[in-house]
Amino acid sequence: MKKVYSRIESIAGNVIAVKADGVAYGELAEVSTRFGMSLAEVIRLDGGLVSLQVFAGGRGISTGDEVRFLGNPMRVSFSDDLKGRIFNGAGEPRDKGPALTENLIPIGGPSVNPTKRIIPKEMIRTGIPMIDLFNTLVKSQKLPIFSVSGEPYNQLLARIAMQAEVDLIVLGGMGLKYDDYLYFKETLEEGGALQKTIMFVNTAADPVVECLMVPDISLAVAERFALKGLNVLVLLTDMTNFADSLKEIAITQEQVPSNRGYPGDLYSQLASRYEKAVDFADSGSITILAVTTMPGDDVTHPVPDNTGYITEGQFYLKGGRIEPFGSLSRLKQQVNGKTRADHRAIMDGMIKLFAAYRDTLEKKSMGFQMSAWDSKLLKYGELFEAQMMDLSVNIPLEGALDKGWEILAACFEPQETGLQTKLLDQFWPKKSH
Amino acid sequence: MTNTKGWVTGVNGNMVSVRVEGPVALNEVAFIEIGGKRLKAEVIRIRGDIVQTQVFEMTKGITVGLPVVFSGEMLAVELGPGLLGKIYDGLQNPLPEVAKQTGYFLEPGVYLDALPRATKWAWTPVAKPGDRVEKADLLGTVPEGTFTHQIMVPFGLLETYTVKSVKPAGQYTIQDEMVVLADAAGATISLTMMFEWPVKRAIDCYAERLKPTVPMVTKTRIIDTFFPVAKGGTYCVPGPFGAGKTVLQQVTSRNADVDIVIIAACGERAGEVVETLIEFPELIDPKTGRSLMERTIIVCNTSSMPVAAREASVYTAVTMAEYYRQMGLNVLLLADSTSRWAQAMREMSGRLEEIPGEEAFPAYLESVIAGFYERAGIVRLKSGAIGSVTIGGTVSPAGGNFEEPVTQATLKVVGAFHGLSRERSDARKYPAIHPLDSWSKYSSVIDGKAVAWAHYFLERGSEVGQMMKVVGEEGTSLDDFLIYLKGEFLDAVYLQQNSFDAVDASVSTERQSLMFSRVVKVLGSRFEFKDKEEARGWFNKLRQMFLDANSIEWATDKFRDADRAILDFLAAKVSGLDAAAGRIIENLERAV
Ligand SMILES: Nc1ncnc2c1ncn2[C@@H]1O[C@H](COP(=O)(O)OP(=O)(O)OP(=O)(O)O)[C@@H](O)[C@H]1O
Ligand SMILES: [Mg+2]
Repeated sequence: MKKVYSRIESIAGNVIAVKADGVAYGELAEVSTRFGMSLAEVIRLDGGLVSLQVFAGGRGISTGDEVRFLGNPMRVSFSDDLKGRIFNGAGEPRDKGPALTENLIPIGGPSVNPTKRIIPKEMIRTGIPMIDLFNTLVKSQKLPIFSVSGEPYNQLLARIAMQAEVDLIVLGGMGLKYDDYLYFKETLEEGGALQKTIMFVNTAADPVVECLMVPDISLAVAERFALKGLNVLVLLTDMTNFADSLKEIAITQEQVPSNRGYPGDLYSQLASRYEKAVDFADSGSITILAVTTMPGDDVTHPVPDNTGYITEGQFYLKGGRIEPFGSLSRLKQQVNGKTRADHRAIMDGMIKLFAAYRDTLEKKSMGFQMSAWDSKLLKYGELFEAQMMDLSVNIPLEGALDKGWEILAACFEPQETGLQTKLLDQFWPKKSH
Repeated sequence: MTNTKGWVTGVNGNMVSVRVEGPVALNEVAFIEIGGKRLKAEVIRIRGDIVQTQVFEMTKGITVGLPVVFSGEMLAVELGPGLLGKIYDGLQNPLPEVAKQTGYFLEPGVYLDALPRATKWAWTPVAKPGDRVEKADLLGTVPEGTFTHQIMVPFGLLETYTVKSVKPAGQYTIQDEMVVLADAAGATISLTMMFEWPVKRAIDCYAERLKPTVPMVTKTRIIDTFFPVAKGGTYCVPGPFGAGKTVLQQVTSRNADVDIVIIAACGERAGEVVETLIEFPELIDPKTGRSLMERTIIVCNTSSMPVAAREASVYTAVTMAEYYRQMGLNVLLLADSTSRWAQAMREMSGRLEEIPGEEAFPAYLESVIAGFYERAGIVRLKSGAIGSVTIGGTVSPAGGNFEEPVTQATLKVVGAFHGLSRERSDARKYPAIHPLDSWSKYSSVIDGKAVAWAHYFLERGSEVGQMMKVVGEEGTSLDDFLIYLKGEFLDAVYLQQNSFDAVDASVSTERQSLMFSRVVKVLGSRFEFKDKEEARGWFNKLRQMFLDANSIEWATDKFRDADRAILDFLAAKVSGLDAAAGRIIENLERAV
């Protein structure tokens, strides 16, 4: 049994320091306070002084509280018993189920050797035209939803999770609103998906340090299941809360901030999580869908900005719809060439026309004359927004492609679409609406 | 290992403090001994008997009091035959071999030989017993792929030596003794085909550094014609996320007119490297008929790999580049992204609690960036041969704003600036190099005056475009409108280029000259249109003809037909040609 230390030297924010020997960097300790026991993790060693971040937070900790080192880093139990269960950021049950202590695995492990990776090649179907048709999601992709707060991003996340054909869903909630937590639970339950879901949820009311653990714990579990051959979808919401927790710890540690208070290693911190997305050649895969709320709808804010430099595109959610501009799936070209012959052409063609529609809208708002062509574009834009962009639309890719041709035929002559004659001959609807 | 002893006294992220007994050197390699493993680290600060090291691995599990041993050597790479085609991490660990040992994951503390020890190389001796030699002098050669790899006197041997013995022609491994030298005092030095060189010291065994004047052709029109890069020059590609930096470098790594390409994937996505790893062995280099991989070295320290090794990776890459330059070869180093390298420095500087500069970057950021780009250059070797290292680095500015420290420090030292713009990439105008913001100090594959003449249409066209947003098409004169159309035309058919079209992806200088002269003909022509609608329709047709021609194979009948059709279409409408344009076309045609 490890020695117990009963003198805390300093307490600043969520970080405490004790004098102790033989402690390892990253080791866990238990701190007993008047509010009960909390885990703490070693984040700095300096001579005999050990700094720890306390999971339950620094509030109420007394210099006389006891610290007991556990001799191991943060771990999580890994077994099939995880399925259907709900835990907090420290890996303790949130549901009424038993605590799991078997087969503990470390979290935050090393990265995959780049030479062992393969080129992603499988589409994930969501039933959402703005994704399937225009920015196809690919197995093993890492992709955030960029959103202003107040947008239905968690609804979108839940819907994709329900519709995607995956073996396992791992939900990592960070600073999640309690209502949203219940929403996820109910949606997964109603859809009968709870048994293939594992949740690690830190709500807005829970301690900040636990929020920091959520991505690592979720991804460590996901990684093990993927190595057992499962295709795992990891949902992380909201990564901006994760980044804000990093900021909070960095500031109490008196680190020099780089940009709007965020620590200089924000990029590396986010990347080491997102890069866990992988397709194991002879085993399963991890796909990461995250939410990044953008303070002030500002995509140049450090969190969305650093995220954009890491992920393989982003879905830009605005006004309850996925915006065609600003959204990008960088892996779409790996899969959209082998879906249907008209997929790429419809994707490019409809977006070009939609861009022209936006120009026309602008011209109209400035009071310039509307030509016959402009009127066609206006009609087209309305149909596109109602039948493609509206998030209530739920059709398979093929249906969305057919719908695309219908919209085009309702608004334009074939040659006005800029599509290849060969495709027009094959796909242009026979009778116009 | 030296006799210096050390013990860990502190851990802060990837910085480990060590109390030492005995001498230590700055940038010396140390190893932290933990559970039967050794974690590599580099000494980055010395204060009395406490030194700070940056550890090239995750530091979890390190405890105060662990023993540390010192190598006495600075962080170095192995140089010798067998580098080409390899995939290394930032410390020159061969990643495929690592995978054979540790499987899917990169386990800490695994360091393998960078150069294959068992391979036999066909040695041809050059030096003879009795020869007097100095560092970098030629001792013999071995073929490496299509290159003649020169085995040289190691660059760290600073005196003049007498050759004692040389192995006869035959098959040898890189560990066999090939040559024995004797120094002035008569002490002998045994040489193999390989030696080590510290990565943070530039290799400068050349006679003279020259001015970069010869274009390094990339086969991307907007670069070669408008914003050229010279062999031995430097350039940077800043741009917001998703603007196309990586795709542009991938295209350049395939098409650049150099002997060897070194790709430093520095702190970016692992998935992007995989594309290169899988595609390059399949792609044939038209110059040699061999796979592109045979002229490529990949240094890959992606974003989730240890940050200190990321800092080292660009030096590892440039050292190998300088080594091949020493053989009279032209080498291109592409680093994606230098911002991640700068951030690695920032992280360490923060842990050292140095006084921070702007955005918390260290105060020495500028000089370190300058020092890195200074390692590029075209040189005349002692043998008279010319070799070059060209460096192109991407920059990932926070918020896409070029006013940040890394972009600004880089712009001060490079010879060309290819600024990617969000506006252009959103409009799918690739490559998204902004034609009004970018610049180059090097000379173009086309006469500079002609390029400036054409560039004027982009400037004026853009002005008219801006004005038109305010006053509408109605309020714009037909003459102005024509300039606008001409600017847009030049942009669409010449500046933009389809990287995913088999033909358009790479355009020879010959073809650039011809197409440029055709474009000049359009820009310099006078037209009589009855209204804007007619003008727009006519230019749309012309644009389509050019775009079609762009994807037809060069020097085929089909291409000549398309070219003829363009000239005919033009002749039917044109009512005169600007004198300056006429002269440019004449000159270009004379050159072809
Ligand atoms: N020349 C091009 N032709 C067609 N598409 C392109 C081109 N360049 C970029 N793209 C598109 O833009 C996407 C992003 O490009 P790229 O990965 O090169 O951006 P980046 O500037 O390197 O971004 P980051 O800073 O996030 O790494 C690509 O996946 C591709 O879809
Ligand atoms: Mg990139």
